[in-house]
Amino acid sequence: MKVRILVSLKPSVLDPQGQTVRNALHTLGYKSVKDVRQGKVFEVELEDVDRSEAEKIIPEIADKVLANPIIEKFTWEIIES
Amino acid sequence: MKFGVVVFPGSNCDYDTFHVLQNVMGQETVFLWHKEPDLKNVDCVVLPGGFSYGDYLRSGAIARFSPIMAEVKKFAQAGGLVLGICNGFQILLEAGLLPGAMLRNKNLKFLCQPVYIRIENNKTAFSNAGKKGQVLKIPIAHFDGNYYAPPDLLAELEKNNQIVFRYCDAEGQLTEEANVNGSLHSIAGLMNREGNVLGMMPHPERAAEKILGSEDGKVIFQSMINYLEKKAGTRKKKKVVTTRPAISPLPPLIGTC
Repeated sequence: MKVRILVSLKPSVLDPQGQTVRNALHTLGYKSVKDVRQGKVFEVELEDVDRSEAEKIIPEIADKVLANPIIEKFTWEIIES
Repeated sequence: MKFGVVVFPGSNCDYDTFHVLQNVMGQETVFLWHKEPDLKNVDCVVLPGGFSYGDYLRSGAIARFSPIMAEVKKFAQAGGLVLGICNGFQILLEAGLLPGAMLRNKNLKFLCQPVYIRIENNKTAFSNAGKKGQVLKIPIAHFDGNYYAPPDLLAELEKNNQIVFRYCDAEGQLTEEANVNGSLHSIAGLMNREGNVLGMMPHPERAAEKILGSEDGKVIFQSMINYLEKKAGTRKKKKVVTTRPAISPLPPLIGTC
């Protein structure tokens, strides 16, 4: 099973990298870009687990290691079962 | 007093810290290898600066899983003195020994320059050799030093006087320009509530000898020595040492990654 986990800064945390990307897009003429938030993508391959086990493991992994819960949030989806 | 300097793969201020503790401050100092869960009976653990594990994932995020960190946690929870410098500070945050987190510097640049920091609280194990309001000139060298904590936590840190150092200008004024990395409340160094664990982004080990442009970093090391000697009941509080002992050779690095 393959799982994709998206980690990004919480809305309350300033994202200077995202802001810089937004400004660059504005310079290129993409004025409709209102905001950019930058994050990280993890593709995790799991072995011998069913969906319910994955639903238990993935949030644990994300919370303990992949994201720092003080500044970051995460979402995840199964991309290959 | 006996100091232990932890060596992680990617630590690069371990020798500087060792040199200052042993040769400048005249203390017994040992290296502590990250793979060995043994603190060798030290009185104080120092997590030095560097780029442990290449700063992969987040600065300090992987180092906290090193075997030695479980021992450092136990040591800290039992009241042992722990100092984290730069990457060491980031590791203490990731390990949950200090509250909050680090974000990328506000200007997205790696900052390597001397800064001024002001002693906000001199009644601590890390600042008792200085005066409240005293300005110290100490260099920084980091990419992720933009301290962040949610508002309720910041209020708590202020209330408990846990903020030991703040970025300031040469006159000791807190300005936006002086807060080079964008840290909330200009935080440059903070301790845990119990006061035995301190993290700071500036490098006191790079400012402990005249030839390097500043000796202000000695205030931090001398404070720790004062605290430990007082705790052990061996000597009375003394001022920052200014004479420099003869240099003894540093030991070879231990272990392999």
